[in-house]
Amino acid sequence: MTTIGILHTTIRGDEKLIIEAAKKRNIQIKLIDVREEIFNRKTYKCDLDVALERCVSTVKGTHATRFFESIGIIVINNSSVASICEDKFVTSCFLQKAKVPTPDFAMVFNTEQAAKAIDEMGGFPVVIKPPLGSWGRLLAKINDIDALEAVLEHKEVLGSPQQKSFYIQQYVKKPGRDIRAFVIDGKTICAIYRDSPHWITNTARGGVAKNCPVSKEIADISRRASDAVGGGILSMDIFETDEGLQINEINHTTEFKNSEKPTNTSISGAIVDYCVKVAKNL
Amino acid sequence: MIKTNCLICDAQVTLPEKTEESEIISCAECHTKLVVAKIENKVATLQEAPKVEEDWGE
Repeated sequence: MTTIGILHTTIRGDEKLIIEAAKKRNIQIKLIDVREEIFNRKTYKCDLDVALERCVSTVKGTHATRFFESIGIIVINNSSVASICEDKFVTSCFLQKAKVPTPDFAMVFNTEQAAKAIDEMGGFPVVIKPPLGSWGRLLAKINDIDALEAVLEHKEVLGSPQQKSFYIQQYVKKPGRDIRAFVIDGKTICAIYRDSPHWITNTARGGVAKNCPVSKEIADISRRASDAVGGGILSMDIFETDEGLQINEINHTTEFKNSEKPTNTSISGAIVDYCVKVAKNL
Repeated sequence: MIKTNCLICDAQVTLPEKTEESEIISCAECHTKLVVAKIENKVATLQEAPKVEEDWGE
């Protein structure tokens, strides 16, 4: 019987759905709370076929992934994919390098360079995001130079070193929604619209999920974005623009519990099936 | 079903069958977020849930 190790910190509804889907398929699950482990290569005992990284803490998840890879266990998603997707700036670089449509962006480390970068991008408004972070937290829509100076000064004074790297993204006017596409091994299995009157559309910030039919355009851009970062189990946050679809961000430990019902798709089942497929191909 | 008590307001908290260790639940009375630290012999140990940290997400 295949054994999938779920590397986790807090157990969310998403992990419970994965556990349930595995039980239905008679797949053994081993829950590994990485906060309770001692990752010592000389003493660690492990009998997994494959590991699925589902840590809500990105930093702990990345360390756990690298450890398991070091002892010969395949981890989904692998550390290379995680290191790209966990950082919005790196994700943007890989997307642009692969010519996948994505909003213009720049990384700067001081206010003067930020103002120049925004000029190069065509001016305000822009969005400043922490390179590492999620759920729409600490995003700032910057409409003018006064707001830019105020936000960056606050980050300089109050922020951690992470917050002092200013990832600036062109502001994209959305039609009151964006798209999240769930992509496994390059194939889009389903997608949702996230409706919100607010410019931040994350469901964690009140965006409402409803089914989005997977068009050829969504499937194509999602496959290209997946290829650009190394594949695996991903979700794509997609903007609809006058020039076509653009990939905003890519999530490598995607949350999906609110998306199974509107899409009538067992995302958790597809995740388990993919893990089994990887384990069997070893 | 496992019954226990909220650490903050002492109200009874009922954990559904499929509750897992490390799962976060809310107290229905005071809405405090609690984490299920341990389930052993149908006895659950609760702790206050950790606060959301900078690197949390998906």
